Amino acid sequence: MPNCKTVVPYAGTKEQEDRLRKVITQHKGQPGATMPVLQAAQEIFGYLPEEVQIMIAEGLDIPLTEVYGVASFYAQFTLNPKGKYRISVCLGTACYVKGASDVLAAVERHLKVAPGSITPDGKFSLDACRCIGACGLAPVMMINNDVYGRLTPDKVADILDKYE
Amino acid sequence: MNHIRSQILVCAGTGCTSSSSPAIIAAFQKELEAQKLTEEVKIVQTGCFGLCAMGPVVLVYPEGAFYTHVKADDVKEIVSEHIVKGRIVRRLLHKEGQDAGQTTSLSDTQFYKRQTRIALRNCGVINPESIDEYIGTGGYEALGRALTQQTPQEIIDKVLASGLRGRGGAGFPTGRKWQMTHDAVSPDGVKFVCCNADEGDPGAFMDRSVLEGDPHAVVEAMTIAGYAIGAHQGYIYVRAEYPIAIKRLQIAIDQAREYGILGENIFNSGFNFNLELRLGAGAFVCGEETALMTSIEGKRGEPHPRPPFPANKGLFQRPTLLNNVETYANITWILNEGPEKYAAIGTPKSAGTKVFALGGKITNTGLVEIPMGTPLRTIIEDIGGGCPNGKKFKAAQTGGPSGGCIPASLIDTPMDFDSLGSIGSMIGSGGLIVMDEDNCMVDIAKFFLEFIIDESCGKCSPCRIGTKRLYELLTKITEGEGTMEDLDTIEELCLHLKSSALCGLGQTAPNPVLSTLRYFRDEYIAHVVDKRCPAGVCKKLIHYTIDPAKCKGCTLCARNCPTKAITGAVKAPHTIEQEKCIKCGACMASCRFDAISKH
Repeated sequence: MPNCKTVVPYAGTKEQEDRLRKVITQHKGQPGATMPVLQAAQEIFGYLPEEVQIMIAEGLDIPLTEVYGVASFYAQFTLNPKGKYRISVCLGTACYVKGASDVLAAVERHLKVAPGSITPDGKFSLDACRCIGACGLAPVMMINNDVYGRLTPDKVADILDKYE
Repeated sequence: MNHIRSQILVCAGTGCTSSSSPAIIAAFQKELEAQKLTEEVKIVQTGCFGLCAMGPVVLVYPEGAFYTHVKADDVKEIVSEHIVKGRIVRRLLHKEGQDAGQTTSLSDTQFYKRQTRIALRNCGVINPESIDEYIGTGGYEALGRALTQQTPQEIIDKVLASGLRGRGGAGFPTGRKWQMTHDAVSPDGVKFVCCNADEGDPGAFMDRSVLEGDPHAVVEAMTIAGYAIGAHQGYIYVRAEYPIAIKRLQIAIDQAREYGILGENIFNSGFNFNLELRLGAGAFVCGEETALMTSIEGKRGEPHPRPPFPANKGLFQRPTLLNNVETYANITWILNEGPEKYAAIGTPKSAGTKVFALGGKITNTGLVEIPMGTPLRTIIEDIGGGCPNGKKFKAAQTGGPSGGCIPASLIDTPMDFDSLGSIGSMIGSGGLIVMDEDNCMVDIAKFFLEFIIDESCGKCSPCRIGTKRLYELLTKITEGEGTMEDLDTIEELCLHLKSSALCGLGQTAPNPVLSTLRYFRDEYIAHVVDKRCPAGVCKKLIHYTIDPAKCKGCTLCARNCPTKAITGAVKAPHTIEQEKCIKCGACMASCRFDAISKH
């Protein structure tokens, strides 16, 4: 999965940076602060560019390698910006046995992007995820916070076309 | 206080929320206001009822009418017919089978009749965001008794006597874990209680349902555990992917603090206890106990060798008790009803009940809680209602990526720790995925390995490299390039991985491969020798063809084909160019004349 240094230039605002500094001050010195701070940072910036990681390392007074180590370890953290609409197609077991891979393939064909990447206009980013716990509706996909269940490949185009 | 004459329970678990239960709750609110009924009718948003396939579900008391597949448009009819005129809306009632009569009561359905709900006792019954409703069902009584009348050892003895074993996967006796952590000496007296709510097994969602439906049960059990082992701080490590569970847990913790049930000098006993949430960030390996604790410490969630066990040196190098959500959910029931009563349920070596997340090719997907030792057949045929569309049951996969499959020939296997272990599977966290004749077992084994490769933390080489090599061998087989020697290599590699990986994730990773090889060897051989995928799943081994006798030349398939592999004149039979075909199946899905077949 291409989750390394991003090529998109950093565009954080002063307001975002101030919010992050506030979070860092709240957590500084607490045991196990790295993850809550990274989670807050991703909430603020949408992803974790190098500049943000440096701010966290300096703010919490821990090595940058440690921040990068944690940020690159967990699937939830992304070092690349996501699209305006984040699509996650569930490839958990219950969805998989009910044909989720065909649904994913249909999304790939429709958007012409591979999982882990973003459309050139920045509108959609596509990821395969592992179980969102809505197994009763399998196969499912999420677009931002909306869940679409009981999918078949032919329903994909209509759903995606709804997003402007 | 107002006299409430009727209660409308709407499921607000993740399954029903995804199928738009919030809109239904809003519609009820609006309709009740419009009809001026808000004083006498109460809307209760509950946790998961368990029957997710039928969602969104609504239950109206006192009649107990169980409405399924409810839409926001139906709300008006339910209010004006049922609530106002007392006439049950029959067309929305839950139906069982094709011809069976309509059942009105929830407990009368086949799905619920055979269940024994202990861990899920409050799910779908109370409002999880109200501590008063929890207290109304006897909640926090066990904690009060423990703190004011019992010694820590007395509580541990009760947990030991119940025979409860860890519900997270390994099945270690819970009482012994409590005893070990109680007996462990901490250099500065600090100990921790942790809850594993990092439910990572794709296809298991019972912990999520407990957290969403009955969060106070976990808060109460962890506080009791803190008293029993001598800890004053607890952490709940919960997946960030479960936003509703996180919200309700936080509400539960805040309410408990407000009522003086968490904090300083609880119930005037002199005992202090606090709870904090820690969010996971999407790493399956963090379900492993040592990795989970490393993650709470804020580091990369990599496991480390045991011993030392967490009971002696766990979180921040202090003695730590770690149990899973479902295990905690059993604790207060055991303390309230007595350990003997719990031990009498299930089998002698696997006491109590287990929640299974029934998913895949099964009619009633959802959560079922049954006594340990119930045969798989009861779950599949009676509770689950069999495979949909008249397909034949082929196998059930338990234990997720660490477990194995149970073939149709062993459908009478009792579901308990030891019986499943003896046939090469495991209970694991309780995921139960049903597969029918259309699922390829080699492909399923490959699917689980792909998952493990993604989730291997990379610390030890047997897991990091071994799973990758296994995956390559399986890929070879599914592409028709495999040899019979490959099957022997796979088995050998599996045994090495089992014996040399650092943690549970790597040690159990070969299980899905070994068990499919054991029970479906002929399917592997069909791929290797005949270059054929009997279930018609492995793309390299299947071909789509058009039957010229059935094709009307409507051109629909040709227009849907993403690679323009289909040619033919209008109103003349079409053909598929096999070299261009990517086997996506779009043509077969679009054909209205059943002219395209896969073989």
